[in-house]
Amino acid sequence: MKGMTLIVKTISDFVVAFIVVFGAYIVLYGHLTPGGGFSGGVIIACAFILLMLAHGKDVAFSKLSERAAHILDSAGAIAFLVIGWIGVVGGFFFLNVFGRGEQFRLLSSGMILPANIAIAFKVGSSLFLVFSALAIFRRRSFRSMIEDELP
Amino acid sequence: MTVYFLCVVLLTMGLYCLVAKKNIVKKVIGLIIMEYAVNLYLIIIGYKRGGVAPVIERGMNPAALERFVDPLPQALVLTSIVIGLGVMALMVAMCLRLYEKHGTFDMSQISKLRG
Amino acid sequence: MNAVPLFVAIPLGAAFLIPLFGLWWKKSGEVLATLSTLVLAVMAISSIGAPAVTHHMGGWAPPVGIALVSDGLAILLLIAVNVIGFLCLVYSLKYMQVYSGLPKYYSLFMLMVAGMNGVVVSGDLFNLYVFLEIASIASYALVAFGVEADELEAGFKYLVLGSVASVMILFAVGTVYAVTGTLNMADAAREISTRFGGPEMNPALLLAAALFLMGFSLKAALVPFHAWLPDAHPSAPAPISAMLSGVVIKSLGVYAICRVFFHVFGFMPGVTSSVILANIMIWFSVLSIVFGGLLAVGQWDLKRLLAYSSVGQIGYVMLGIGVGARVLATGGPRSLAGLAILGGLFHLLNHAAFKSLLFLASGAIQQATGTRDMKQMGGLKERMPITAMTTNIAALSIAGVPPFAGFWSKLIIIFAAVKAGLLVVSFIAIAMAFVTLVYYVKLQREVLFGTVRGAVENAREVPALMYVPLIILAIFCVGFGLLYPVLGYRILEPARDALLNGAEYIKLVLG
Repeated sequence: MKGMTLIVKTISDFVVAFIVVFGAYIVLYGHLTPGGGFSGGVIIACAFILLMLAHGKDVAFSKLSERAAHILDSAGAIAFLVIGWIGVVGGFFFLNVFGRGEQFRLLSSGMILPANIAIAFKVGSSLFLVFSALAIFRRRSFRSMIEDELP
Repeated sequence: MTVYFLCVVLLTMGLYCLVAKKNIVKKVIGLIIMEYAVNLYLIIIGYKRGGVAPVIERGMNPAALERFVDPLPQALVLTSIVIGLGVMALMVAMCLRLYEKHGTFDMSQISKLRG
Repeated sequence: MNAVPLFVAIPLGAAFLIPLFGLWWKKSGEVLATLSTLVLAVMAISSIGAPAVTHHMGGWAPPVGIALVSDGLAILLLIAVNVIGFLCLVYSLKYMQVYSGLPKYYSLFMLMVAGMNGVVVSGDLFNLYVFLEIASIASYALVAFGVEADELEAGFKYLVLGSVASVMILFAVGTVYAVTGTLNMADAAREISTRFGGPEMNPALLLAAALFLMGFSLKAALVPFHAWLPDAHPSAPAPISAMLSGVVIKSLGVYAICRVFFHVFGFMPGVTSSVILANIMIWFSVLSIVFGGLLAVGQWDLKRLLAYSSVGQIGYVMLGIGVGARVLATGGPRSLAGLAILGGLFHLLNHAAFKSLLFLASGAIQQATGTRDMKQMGGLKERMPITAMTTNIAALSIAGVPPFAGFWSKLIIIFAAVKAGLLVVSFIAIAMAFVTLVYYVKLQREVLFGTVRGAVENAREVPALMYVPLIILAIFCVGFGLLYPVLGYRILEPARDALLNGAEYIKLVLG
């Protein structure tokens, strides 16, 4: 994949930053407004997928390398499990031991916010990895596929 | 009641696509249609006409509780969509691998094992 | 705080730590997976005879929160899953060395164990579905792990049929929720027994029961739904075949059927739909016994023979449980129902031991001789004495030769079926027990004994890491039969009592 035309590249460069910020907003305010770790993580992953589609895989991997994505993937899952373990202090798995805080403030509702962030890392990086795995795979076999199917 | 039947119709369409089509990518599409039919069914269970978001505040009128929509099916659907995504990624990857081995998406040409 | 969540948390943590450490440390998969499965096996064994407990996730008491329940039935399955899991993992340390991408293998293995443990301890219908999917997705990927043509095809077939089963189960879970307004199994059971008890079962609940039976039967590979098993089990790497045949079809299929039908729907005496459900279960199991047995006789591929035999033996397990359900539903004596269920659960435990032994041994044979074709083998006893001896013990046990464990469990099942008045069914079960003997005698004659020929000539005994699990499993095969009065009753009788007393379960979870 070499990427698309100059118009697509310019526009996507312009848009990507906004998408990431919007995804981060969805993650951080997941406990107050509709959204959460999964939806925000998907949006962040979409930003990187857009980069990959517009510029090709080299540019996308220079922003978020495959190795870093693997690390974030596992680290997000482990962070979520650790958050569950913190609840054991109070006697139950996933017990919300942090203070609930004031209603409708960013730092409220205890461990839901860190859990959302952990899920966002997990979902964002694994979705990016799934897409890149299929895209790289496609490069290898798609050419022969098209040649077969075309008249 | 009709909407439940429509869900079952959608499910049957997916099942037909899964059973009757030879192309494995179409089989994958059929399976995804089945999954979405069930997701739709779950959402309809929790639907309430004129419902409001289920957020309890201090000093709330207890009568307002009646108008809350059921949030549980929505959480279930979100989970089942995530699971469906995982299954779909695995299926697509397997389809690509099968294509690489056999050079075709036709199940009748791929099939060697006899059950 | 009790140890129940650890059964899910430990393998899940290991599954995510392995790929992370695997980036720097090549052996992370082997070390972490062995350690965590060892801890799980020790925990499972030490929970023998422990009282039934529940754990409320997040401190939310059911029916609001998710409960993890460990009662007699769950402990039985936890022992089977974790002990067999540990032995299969020790075996794969050596066996899997020829494959690449090992950290992924161990990570998927731990995910599968986490999913199965989750299914077993879950007290919530939707949670059961989620864990079932975790275990299933991991096993789809593991079946296709070798990415050869056969493995991919078998994996794809398994994936499609398994996903259809999952869709059915999710549909049923949604229907139960729509009718009862709860997902907690104990609460749903209370709702069903108080609001919908009596001879007229709610039609929506009947639909849910039918969908559950179909979905779980597909996961358990009972006969009308067995088509994926004879492809998927032989194609997987040997330790995964052993896990799939030994515990996956049981914890995702048989256990889930037991839990949902005995505890959530309940077999109330005098309810027509309960009798029909029990009869369907008996018919599925009889069909499985007949088809699995007869198709196994004609197989010349060692692993396919074992896979068909799994279909037949899972039929025996379900026969015991189905007869118990029928006795309960027709209002027969509870002691007889208990006997039938005990036989079924005993056979479940035995089958976990000997079928995983046979699949592990088939992997050892395949690695030593380079073939799975029984026509090219013979006289394995001369070249690989330990593998041959342990295979022999397992074959005798599964065929139902008296001192071994398999004889006693089949005897109990058939005896219970006769006492319940199901003469035709018990006759079929006895006849097919002889057919089982036939194809295992064939295995002995063609593979183990006789003159050394074909591919066996250059075979050598496998390394110790591969045969030690075989020896331990062979000891189980003998031990379950002989030590039942000493040890068996402490595992099996709490499981039987848990299945018989649905009211106890409701009281345990809801307090």
